[in-house]
Amino acid sequence: MNEKKTQSRFEIQHVLNQPYKYGFETKIETEKFPVGITEQILDSISNQKKEPPFLRQFRFNSFKKWKELEFPKWTNLSIQPIDFNNITYYSIPKQKKKLNSLKEVDPEILKTFEQLGISLDEQKRLTNVAIDAVFDSVSIATTFQEKLAKSGVIFCSISEAIQCYPNLVKKFLGSVVSPSDNFFAALNSAVFTDGSFCYIPQNVDCPLELSTYFRINDKESGQFERTLIIAEKNSSLSYLEGCTAPQFSENQLHAAIVELIAFENARIQYSTVQNWYSGNEKGLGGIYNFVTKRGLCIGKNSKISWTQVETGSAITWKYPSCLLVGENSSGEFSSVALTNNYQQADTGTKMIHLGKKTKSKILSKGISCGFSQNCYRGLVKITSNAFYSRNFSQCDSFLLGSNSTACTYPYLEIRNSTALVEHEAKISKVSEEQLFYLLQRGISIEKSVSLLISGFCKDVFTKLPMEFAMEAEKLLSLKLQGTIG
Amino acid sequence: MENLLCIQNLTVSIDQKLILNQFDLEVNENEIHVIMGPNGSGKSTLSKLLAGHPSYRIEGGTIEFSKQNLIEMAPEIRSHEGLFLAFQYPIEISGVTNYDFLRIAYNEKQKYWGLKELDPIEFMQLTQIELQKLKMKMEFLNRNLNEGFSGGEKKRNEILQMLILQPKLIILDEIDSGLDVDALKIICETIAQERNAKSSLIIITHYPRILNYFQPTHVHVLIDGKIKKSGHLELVEKIEKDGYDSFSEEKRK
Repeated sequence: MNEKKTQSRFEIQHVLNQPYKYGFETKIETEKFPVGITEQILDSISNQKKEPPFLRQFRFNSFKKWKELEFPKWTNLSIQPIDFNNITYYSIPKQKKKLNSLKEVDPEILKTFEQLGISLDEQKRLTNVAIDAVFDSVSIATTFQEKLAKSGVIFCSISEAIQCYPNLVKKFLGSVVSPSDNFFAALNSAVFTDGSFCYIPQNVDCPLELSTYFRINDKESGQFERTLIIAEKNSSLSYLEGCTAPQFSENQLHAAIVELIAFENARIQYSTVQNWYSGNEKGLGGIYNFVTKRGLCIGKNSKISWTQVETGSAITWKYPSCLLVGENSSGEFSSVALTNNYQQADTGTKMIHLGKKTKSKILSKGISCGFSQNCYRGLVKITSNAFYSRNFSQCDSFLLGSNSTACTYPYLEIRNSTALVEHEAKISKVSEEQLFYLLQRGISIEKSVSLLISGFCKDVFTKLPMEFAMEAEKLLSLKLQGTIG
Repeated sequence: MENLLCIQNLTVSIDQKLILNQFDLEVNENEIHVIMGPNGSGKSTLSKLLAGHPSYRIEGGTIEFSKQNLIEMAPEIRSHEGLFLAFQYPIEISGVTNYDFLRIAYNEKQKYWGLKELDPIEFMQLTQIELQKLKMKMEFLNRNLNEGFSGGEKKRNEILQMLILQPKLIILDEIDSGLDVDALKIICETIAQERNAKSSLIIITHYPRILNYFQPTHVHVLIDGKIKKSGHLELVEKIEKDGYDSFSEEKRK
């Protein structure tokens, strides 16, 4: 306690700066390709994974597209040029033989996941969550596969799906996010190495929460994962992804694609808790996170909800979107994005209304601290056939300290006069009087700030599945408190 | 009698403007002090300063609270040590339920004193008893902290917090403002009955009507950041009759 405390203004900045808990590196032997991206590298990836010809062709076509595309320049982000020929596109933990069960996974890797609080041991896991764990370029293990198979649900790594269900993959891969969609989509389509695959058959409500945990461990490699989720007629599932990476002073690249497809009456809830390493307090290091996520509501009355809690990464470039094709289909986007130090986030959504009576709802909460920049960018597009469509958007920003920035870019494109579109935006700061009130009641400054922030984010947290809502709240207060367990 | 609060020669400024000037006040256990004064005399400054608001600059003087240097204590420690300020304008906080807030506040104090923290179910029992004393409904607890509360509800909520935290020194900053007669009665009677026998009150007010419910042991008249006169109830009568001007050395225009 110092004397100044009572006399100077409350100092909240120190509350915000605390070490990254997941910054450790696992020392394991890896097997990786030389740096750079060439047709040979694509060939090697395809060979390594024994891929069918259609996929090899998919990679080559995408690579061609990528070379024609330009790095996106329309954002507010200031990004150091990335040397794409100085990245390792394939890095996997070295293993002597094929893995048949969890027992054969390198104990170091299991320990890594344990340390991250993700136990891959089915006995120890929350019994209602199945997990696919991705370590650098490869999926390590998927839990509860047998239990899921009983109800006809397929949940495995995308590499496994390519081998076992090539027709499904061939039919849907790239159908929502085409390789030519954008620079990073093309790059991912060319070099993606693993990710999760999930298929819910007709009339099945997935009995477990499905979850993928992504870990980047290697210093030079990028992670390019790909997730494909298909929900057939009258099915439903809830899915969560989590992400962490070690602390390096170099930036690492993460460029993912997630595609969701919902048929008639299907419901997909996709939640993300992203906590990649965000760089140090001077802005050195951290993950560059360029992600294309899109859901296709193709069937009548289908529904896709994106919920995200974004706390990590040096740069976040991410717009989980919904294409609302089916009549009366609906899309939801709920987001909490916290940036600190020199983090930059440019995130939001696109809601494209194509069918009649389609509905979308956007709820975005941005919190910026330190010198960070937090930007919401969202498009609501109502096409001429989308009669009687509705959208409601609410974008709230919260500034902590006086050096951070918050921006909101709502784009509205309305081509049908029967549509109803509403937009609300609000910006607030931690008020000294609120803090004083909480402190007077004996609540420490750390707890007070995190209470105010979690109050601000409450509407989004309530959208997360229960277990994850608590995890997200904990993560956010960890980010804010520095009480490291 | 144990000394609770001892303020000596305290000079305080904000933005280089003097607000309290060589201010003295001594409060012992089980006393009721009333501080009255015109607008801008420094009454609210005193209450916020004691609670640790960061806006004020202490130019000189000492404050002892329970024989400890209050100036060096962080605001939350002052609270744990038993200083409670019932705010004139309680703050609204959205997304945080009243119940969660109350429980966190209670548990933080328990933790500070190494006592048992209560889980949500245990805490409910404690809260229910206190709610009834104030004739408050259970639904109060599920609403966001002070959000959309009426003036009277906010003040009741302040006293609910007081009952739960069991403080030693209670500062009521214009608790009577914005209250109707019935609400004032419930609030004042609850405070008078329920406060810990060893605790003391500092009542900051404009209006003598609150004194129908309390028997002050001391009455102080605060003018221009300084206590001009201390005494008993007879001072209140004088204020009612002659106004504050009669205490002012340099009469206002």
